[in-house]
Amino acid sequence: MKSKWWLIALVICLAVACLAPLASSSPDGLERVAEDKGFIGLGQDSPYQVITDYVFPGIENEALATILAGIVGTLILFGAAYGLAWLLKTRKRRTA
Amino acid sequence: MHIPDGFLNVATVAATCAVSAGGIGGAVKMVGRKLGEKQVPLMGILAAFIFAAQMLNFPVAGGTSGHVIGAALAAILLGPWAAVLIMSCVLIAQSLIFQDGGLLALGANIFNMGIVASFSAYYIYRLVTWLAGANRRGTLIGGFAAAWGSVFLASIFCAIELALSGSSPFGVVLPAMAGVHALIGIGEGLITGAVLGLVLATRADLLQLQRI
Repeated sequence: MKSKWWLIALVICLAVACLAPLASSSPDGLERVAEDKGFIGLGQDSPYQVITDYVFPGIENEALATILAGIVGTLILFGAAYGLAWLLKTRKRRTA
Repeated sequence: MHIPDGFLNVATVAATCAVSAGGIGGAVKMVGRKLGEKQVPLMGILAAFIFAAQMLNFPVAGGTSGHVIGAALAAILLGPWAAVLIMSCVLIAQSLIFQDGGLLALGANIFNMGIVASFSAYYIYRLVTWLAGANRRGTLIGGFAAAWGSVFLASIFCAIELALSGSSPFGVVLPAMAGVHALIGIGEGLITGAVLGLVLATRADLLQLQRI
């Protein structure tokens, strides 16, 4: 059980992602400064959209769409960083 | 603090991309050389946690919100180079998949929230735990100070980039960015302290690993 501590930690991360609909929708620090100081208009939208603004596309319920985006992103990042770390470690062992 | 495309000029984009590419290269090398068995899943967990936690914007004064950066937590638990790699994963995914932070601004965002935040947090934490002792109290105070300092310094570098790009005059954007992020940094400090408290209570051995 102890060796699988990260499974429990991953569940905690997913639980945190499920809180995302409760997040404040006010502009963040940089957006606020850009609005107040009059340069927010310089911002350009991305040329394409995938899960824009953490809302999973095609789902009516916005809270659900946000939670789904959060879960997808959390799993992608766990996989990406775990995989990258594993790769770097394995490559080191082979060349050592 | 994710900079969208359009806020930075070509020279700033080029310079920050070059520095961040070099930083990621260094991080890949250091992590490959020093990463321990136990630290592989911790890399994944920290990236997942930082992504999830960054979605939780908390309100600060005057209709403004902030979210954690997370670099301080990663730098304290794994070290600054590993934190740069984790933050780069998070910021690249946020830009490519979630359209949060511009594609051309990715270099600047990795520089501010990855490199500046990770290294400043790591050295502030080292300094405070050296002064206050490497006990529970020192760890929590160090975590708070490191987290606050990392947000504050990242916002200052962000302001410098905006000013150099001509988006806003230096004297205007610097105090505005520093002021609001001094508040957001308190949130980062409290959350970092809370997570470190949880790690100390459940897996204190994770704080004894070699930092990368």
